[in-house]
This record gives sequence, C-alpha cells and structure tokens, in this order.
Amino acid sequence: MKAISLVSARVAVLDRPDVDTDQIIPKQFLKRIERTGYGKYVFFDWRLDEDGNERPGFELNQPQFAGAKILLAGRNFGCGSSREHAAWALQDYGFDVVIAPSFGDIFRSNAAKVGMIIVELPDEQVKELMEGVDLDRGSDLTVDLDAQTVTTPDGKVLPFAFDPSTRYRLLNGIDDIGLTLQYEAEISAYEHARAT
Amino acid sequence: MPGQSLFDKVWDRHIVRQEPDGPTLLYIDLHLVHEVTSPQAFEGLRLAGRRVRRPDLTVATMDHNVPTLPGPITDPMAKAQLDALRSNCEEFGVELHGTGSGSEGIVHVIGPELGLTQPGKTIVCGDSHTSTHGAFGALAFGIGTSEVEHVLATQTLNQKRPKTMLLEFVGTLPPGLTAKDMILGAIGQVGVDGGVGYVVEYAGDAIRKLTMEQRMTVCNMTIEWGARAGLIAPDATTFDYLAGRPQAPRGADWERAVADWSSLPSDPDATYDAHVVVDVSELAPQVTWGTNPGMVVPVTSTVPDPTAFSDPDDRAACERALAYMGLRPGQAIEEIPVDRVFIGSCTNSRIEDLRAAAEIVRGHVVDARVTALVVPGSAAVRRQAEEEGLDRIFLDAGFEWRLAGCSMCLGMNPDIVAPGERCASTSNRNFEGRQGHGSRTHLVSPQMAAAAAIYGHFVDVRALAAEPVPA
Repeated sequence: MKAISLVSARVAVLDRPDVDTDQIIPKQFLKRIERTGYGKYVFFDWRLDEDGNERPGFELNQPQFAGAKILLAGRNFGCGSSREHAAWALQDYGFDVVIAPSFGDIFRSNAAKVGMIIVELPDEQVKELMEGVDLDRGSDLTVDLDAQTVTTPDGKVLPFAFDPSTRYRLLNGIDDIGLTLQYEAEISAYEHARAT
Repeated sequence: MPGQSLFDKVWDRHIVRQEPDGPTLLYIDLHLVHEVTSPQAFEGLRLAGRRVRRPDLTVATMDHNVPTLPGPITDPMAKAQLDALRSNCEEFGVELHGTGSGSEGIVHVIGPELGLTQPGKTIVCGDSHTSTHGAFGALAFGIGTSEVEHVLATQTLNQKRPKTMLLEFVGTLPPGLTAKDMILGAIGQVGVDGGVGYVVEYAGDAIRKLTMEQRMTVCNMTIEWGARAGLIAPDATTFDYLAGRPQAPRGADWERAVADWSSLPSDPDATYDAHVVVDVSELAPQVTWGTNPGMVVPVTSTVPDPTAFSDPDDRAACERALAYMGLRPGQAIEEIPVDRVFIGSCTNSRIEDLRAAAEIVRGHVVDARVTALVVPGSAAVRRQAEEEGLDRIFLDAGFEWRLAGCSMCLGMNPDIVAPGERCASTSNRNFEGRQGHGSRTHLVSPQMAAAAAIYGHFVDVRALAAEPVPA
C-alpha cells in the first residue's frame, strides 16, 4: 500500500444520501478476477447512458469536477454490499478521499485497506463544504491526515477524528498482513490454548 | 463487574491480542469463501508467497454467478471466476462445495445446513449477508477482499470493538405475518443507517418464537440497516436445529458444546449502548416501494408523497426513487402490477420459505403477465423440496423450478430482470439496478411473492384464505 498523508485537490460533490456500493460498481464488473482497472466502471449506470455516453446531468460528469481527488458525499455513503471493488473503482477513477457525515461500516474499512482517507464530518459541516464549492469554476480542498484537518480555499480549518491505528497505517503505507504476522507466536498460543 | 451481553462473551473469547486503546486482533473460527470476492485475495497470497493458515477452518462454495439452468456455463467471465475458485481451492487445500457436488448452494444457506455455523463462533465471509449466521448466536459479519486475504493468511482480523444495540421485538406477531415482515418493519422504523457502527442483538418474545430459518431471515437483513452483525441468543430451538448435522459435534462433544452454548445468552444485567423497541403486534405484510430497504410500507398502504418528508435529503431521495420505480404518490400498493416474481436468495430460499410459498400457490396458476422463478438456496433444499412434492406445486402453477444459487437477487448469472420490469422479490436489496440494469424491485415475504405471482399485483396474503380461487 502507498503511504498517503496530504491531499490538496479538486473536489466533486455527490449530494445524495445512502449511496450504495451497487451504484458505485454494478454487479457485472464483479466477475473480473483482477484487482485493477475498475475506474472506468465507477457509477456506471449513473455516469453513462445505454450507448456509453456520459449523462450530462450526473454530478461527476460536470466539467468543474473533472480531475477531482476528493469526493463530498451524503450520509451513509457506501452502504450495502461488501464488494471492495467499490473502493478499488473510486480510487482507480482518481479519488483519494471521501468526506461524508457517515459511511457504511464495510466500505469504510475496505477503503482504508486500499489506502483511501475516509473523513467523517458532522452533517452541517459537510453541507457547508458542499455549499462552499464554486459550481461554475470548481473548488479545491486540502485534507491533511497527519494534522487531521480539512482546509477550505478561504482558510477555514475543520478538524476531524480518525482511528489512530488506521491513521498510522495510512501515513506509513503499512501492509496489514505483514503487521499481523509479527504476532504469529500469539496467534499460535491462542490456538493451542483453545485446543486444550 | 457488570453483566456481559452475548456479543461481549463471543468477542472476549476471541481476543488474540489487544492494543491499548487500539484495535483487537480477533481470532476467526470459520471463514466462508465464494467465487466473487476471493480471487484477488488468493492472488495476493501467491504474490507474497503466503499460505492459507487454517484450510481446516475455511470452506468454499460456488453461488453468486452460477447458472440455475442445467448445462454448461456459457458466460466466459463467470466461468473464469468459477475456474479460479476451483484451482485456488486445490492449490491452497480449501474444501470446496462446487457446482454439481450435491452440497453446493448459497454460502449463507449451506453453512447452517452443514452444521458449520454454531453458537459462539466468529464467522466471516466476503459477503455482507454473513450477518445471517448470527441467528445461532455467532458473531458473523461481512468483510472486503483485503480482509479475506488477511483471514486466509492469519486466521485473524484487526477489528475495533463496535458499539452494541439491543433491538427488542415486543408483542405477538399476527397470523399471516413472517420474519421478513418483522425485519422490513424494523428497518422502516430505524432507517437504513440506524445501525451504522453497531452490532445488534435481536431479542424479545417474537424472536424466541421464530424457527431457526426465520431467525436467519431476520439476521440476514441486519446489514440493510447498517449494522454489520446481528445476533440472537442460542436456545433449545438452536440446539434442536443443529443436532445431527454433518459438522455438528457428536456424543460427549455434543453434550459439552450444548453446556457451553447455554452459557452464551446475555446476562440479565448486561448493558448496551443503544436500545430500540419494535412492536410487531400491529404489523401488516410489508412491501418496499423505493430503492433501499428502508423505503417500505404495509401492503394496505399507498406509495408515499415526497412532500410528506421533512428532511430535504429524504424528500429528494423519495423523488428520485419514485422516478426510478415508475410510481406515483398515493398509488395503492395493491394496485401495483408485477412482471416478475423471484422466490430465493440467502434471505428466503430455505425449505420453510418454499413450503410457505407453496402453500399459497397450491391449486392456483401464475398470472399470464408474470414470469415467476423459484430458486432453492442449496442443492439440499432443492432435494428436500422435491421429496415433499413442492416442485410439482410450483411447476403445475407455472413457476420455473431452478437449480441452487444467488440468481436473481443480484443478477450476476443470466437470471436478470429486464429494464423497466417490476419484480416482487424475496431477496434483501431493492437498490437501483440490483436485479438487472433498470430493474424495479419490491421486497416482500415468500408468501407475499407467491400471492403476487398468482394475482399479477400485490395482495394482502391475510385476505387470501377468505377469497375464492381466481379464474
């Protein structure tokens, strides 16, 4: 996993609650056995019409959101299916950060595993950030995982809480399995204790 | 020391290592694997030169994209994924219940059926409906592919201790109502994000009266209101279900296991971070109208009006859902016609579900406008149903009788709902496009789905006994 700490980039707004992982990556793309290349399928049915052309009304197709690395979304983002493909698709499309009032538990954990920063802010603050986005020219935000802050273009700083162990792993790009295997002796001891 | 809840007891038994103020390294007793969320995990092991630490605690099945009609698989991508599972299981020494083995089926149907699912276990699977196994008093939850790889390599998971919630079903469930109606009613009350961050324990008289299969239906849909796991305390119903199953303990081991399992129910003074009460005594059969399981009303009711929602996000979501579903505010639920009926999925494809649906279907014929499908949850359920003659009841009425699999619940195999078609489905998700691009899903109980197939629209199953057979 690549280390990640500071993301200062274009923001896209998807102001809908309960965006489920079936929407983020529809089932037909789950038959692939690869881990990469899901970006072109992200929000497939919302983003593209039957002929594969971009739907002009869909949020992510707005020109001012092009190249966004930060997604501002509604509550309960990533609910539903456990498919990690949702995190792979968002990341491959270009998103390093999702900011929302709440997240589906499994999505949140999957996103952290692949090296995305999942920022939970109070509902009012997310709404405020959304309202602050310039819908003609687009806006940028700065997300600093080290400092645990989101900074707006006009200098407003919003602190956020973050699980310390997940933060440590993200900042250092640490492979979770390698870390756990350091405790091999403890796992074996647990197994022996259970077997007797 | 304060009393412990069922969850506390199961969690504490599985702590391998506890970081101060950090995550718990939790031991996993049973890892269920299927073809869709595992190939990248096995590939990760290969690339790192790692092995499956405990193949004896790992069990695989083929379910998500298997065809339900006999004959060879024609979709090359689905075939490649199923082939990958088979070769991965061979390479890493994992037991596979493959298509045609006679023991295959939906992962959340075969686990309990084989007796692998037991009280007090920690159970994971790369599938959000792993919550189903909580019906036995196991801590069971869905994980992503990175976590699948982590469990394969280490037989553990790093987990933050979740908050706990007690959801108490009070009152007596009226006749004609089902476990599906209980959980849909509960989700309608608490909302699709009501359980985020929690593990829930389902309790109350109405739960105690449910059979194991009905309890599985309730726990199955836990993730649909955001809780990752839902548990029910084991009792005599649980033990009776497990006794004699292939993987259940035997002889003196069984006696010891039952004694141990009997110590798992929550202590009377156990505490929870939240407590919700759902009264089932006034419940009517539930039908979803929208694009998430919380968008649900009684069959006797009407499609809601967006202006009735005070929260602007909810109002906008309702408007989008009605546009997608092709419904108008105020439309009576019973007037909504259906094109398809799907009886199946890890929520409602067990033998009792099929018996209940067959009871409604017996002596009737599927409406001419409706295509109706019954997909048993496992090869064993299918055999049992055929022994009981349920297949004849369905076939005589005009239903299709298929082979086991996830099928039309998510349409990864050829069983899909066409764009714009409306499906009465016993599955768990009515998300946009869930059953096929442009599909419109209404979640209901098996009885309600069976009745919709016969009448061509939703009907209140409670009224059927009094009515003559339609021509």
